[in-house]
Amino acid sequence: MAGGFVAPVRKPLVEGQKTYHQITEDLCAPTERTPSKEWIIAFIVSAATLSFGVFCILWTIWMGIGSWNLNRTIGWGYDITNFVWWIGIGHAGTLISAILLLFRQRWRTGVNRAAEAMTIFAVICAALFPLIHVGRIWVVFYFFPYPNTRGSLWPNFNSPLLWDVFAISTYFSVSLLFWYTGLVPDFATVRNRASGLRKKIYNALSFGWTGSAKHWQRWESLSLVLAGLSTPLVLSVHTIVSFDFATSVIPGWHTTIFPPYFVAGAIFSGFAMVQTLMVMTRKILKLEEYITLEHIESMNKVILVTGTIVGVAYLTELFIAWYSGYVYEQFAFFNRAMGVYWWSYFGMMACNVISPQLFWVRKFRRSIFVTFFMSIFVNIGMWFERFVIIATTLARDYLPSSWSYYKPTWVEIGIFIGTLGLFFTCYLIFVRVAPVVAIAEVKHILKVGGDQYIGGEGKPSS
Amino acid sequence: MRQYNKDVIYGIYSDEEILVSAVRDAKSKHLEIMDVFSPFPVHGLDQALGLEESRLHQAGFVYGALGAMLGFLGMTWMMTSDWPIIFGGKPYWPVPSFIPITFECTVLCAAWGMTITFYTICGLWPGVSNPQLDLRTTDDKFCIAFDRNEVSDVEARAFFAASGAEEVNTKMI
Repeated sequence: MAGGFVAPVRKPLVEGQKTYHQITEDLCAPTERTPSKEWIIAFIVSAATLSFGVFCILWTIWMGIGSWNLNRTIGWGYDITNFVWWIGIGHAGTLISAILLLFRQRWRTGVNRAAEAMTIFAVICAALFPLIHVGRIWVVFYFFPYPNTRGSLWPNFNSPLLWDVFAISTYFSVSLLFWYTGLVPDFATVRNRASGLRKKIYNALSFGWTGSAKHWQRWESLSLVLAGLSTPLVLSVHTIVSFDFATSVIPGWHTTIFPPYFVAGAIFSGFAMVQTLMVMTRKILKLEEYITLEHIESMNKVILVTGTIVGVAYLTELFIAWYSGYVYEQFAFFNRAMGVYWWSYFGMMACNVISPQLFWVRKFRRSIFVTFFMSIFVNIGMWFERFVIIATTLARDYLPSSWSYYKPTWVEIGIFIGTLGLFFTCYLIFVRVAPVVAIAEVKHILKVGGDQYIGGEGKPSS
Repeated sequence: MRQYNKDVIYGIYSDEEILVSAVRDAKSKHLEIMDVFSPFPVHGLDQALGLEESRLHQAGFVYGALGAMLGFLGMTWMMTSDWPIIFGGKPYWPVPSFIPITFECTVLCAAWGMTITFYTICGLWPGVSNPQLDLRTTDDKFCIAFDRNEVSDVEARAFFAASGAEEVNTKMI
């Protein structure tokens, strides 16, 4: 049962004296009413941006990679920067749904559904970049090991780039399973309130869910094991992404700190994106009673912790570069801070290391205004981080004769903006089609997290 | 819609704690419960019903082990037997390089295997319409159902009245 002791310091996670029926009404409403003006405007803007991105992708495929400003020195520019950035953003969704589930954190219920959706859409955006950057997108199936007619030629299993293919495709499909299995009972709730064609569609989506006790027992067992599997998966995916760099021999990339540093950075940027979405979603869909200041504050605490870890990683990198006594490594880091891309380094430091420290102050942690702007800063900062790692390192390699400078063309910028359009278009469709807060899970914690039951003052439930 | 051809009598409850004590009550009276429906997972209900622990996680272990073997042995065969090539001076059988993909194969097979098993054993698939006793059981109501061939109407109604059911209904599913 949902009963149990609640520590007196806990504040309600569901506000407004809710009953089970009221929760159903509130959370199904966004899928049932006609879209608001704000939604329509946001959708038009996102879809237009997406269309421009599609145009730029087609342009790249038609004209070739020469339409980008990559050169012989800098072979990875915007494409891999954006790939790593998007993959990082995806990580918060799995973290919230899997790791917080294993740690029995009740506050995850308000935000897990949207965060998991965010993971799916972010991974789709991320996967686009490696697909396009190979140049000949129509032969990307060469990535996968399959019996072929090219002399049984298999991919190179020593290569971190191939590990990436496996990591990303596994991550995407397992996240999709986790997200959809969580959605099935809620689709059944929407189905039972619908009629006509909507009922048929939601019936197909809900797989005929009835809410039988045995089904719930198996559903919980499945969710728990999927969470257990996803937890190391989150760590492995960004670790493997960091191997793309760390297994090379390029100064500035070849560092053992990369795996934990990338994982912390991914969680940091992912939570920032969850905050961006949650602050807008709770306002536009009027879900302030379900996505409360407690949720916002908890996520800000995670941002503070991971931001600080990232800051320590930056300083460790600098220290080890100096302490190693290796001149190329020392130059790589000196160049990052003082070279031609100094602006991106200081942008990264300001946004990622200094700005989150504001969250030591409770007032800022609980301010929607500060949270929203901070989430944008962190996302900009984390984008800079990937740009710093990739562009500044490649721009100044071992041979001064091959030194170069990189700035993107309109096509590269267009594809990046297009992925933002894709992400927000998918998210906007999601909030119209599926309950954005997990209905069954919120009902499950109502008696230990709802202020009707804990009295709003955090008094222990009986 | 699927038909089970069962004549059912069911009681509706509005609180999960009353539901669980009602289930315990039914068990103590040896009334054969056909099924219980709820809008969210109710902890303690499976123990009260005497449901066996789900063995899905054991299936997950088997799928994961198969995935790990498939990945590791597949790579071993490709790299050492089918098309052995030396990449960058590394040996034909670079075991440390196989770790990431072996791990991913383990997770992939365990997750997909378990999920497909879950949907199959629960009879849940796109387009399936399993019979539902009461649409409110996905909203705010809880339901205990008896098969009328197993439990007589008189017994069931007496039980529902005593255990705090709000309504008692019958339905053919």
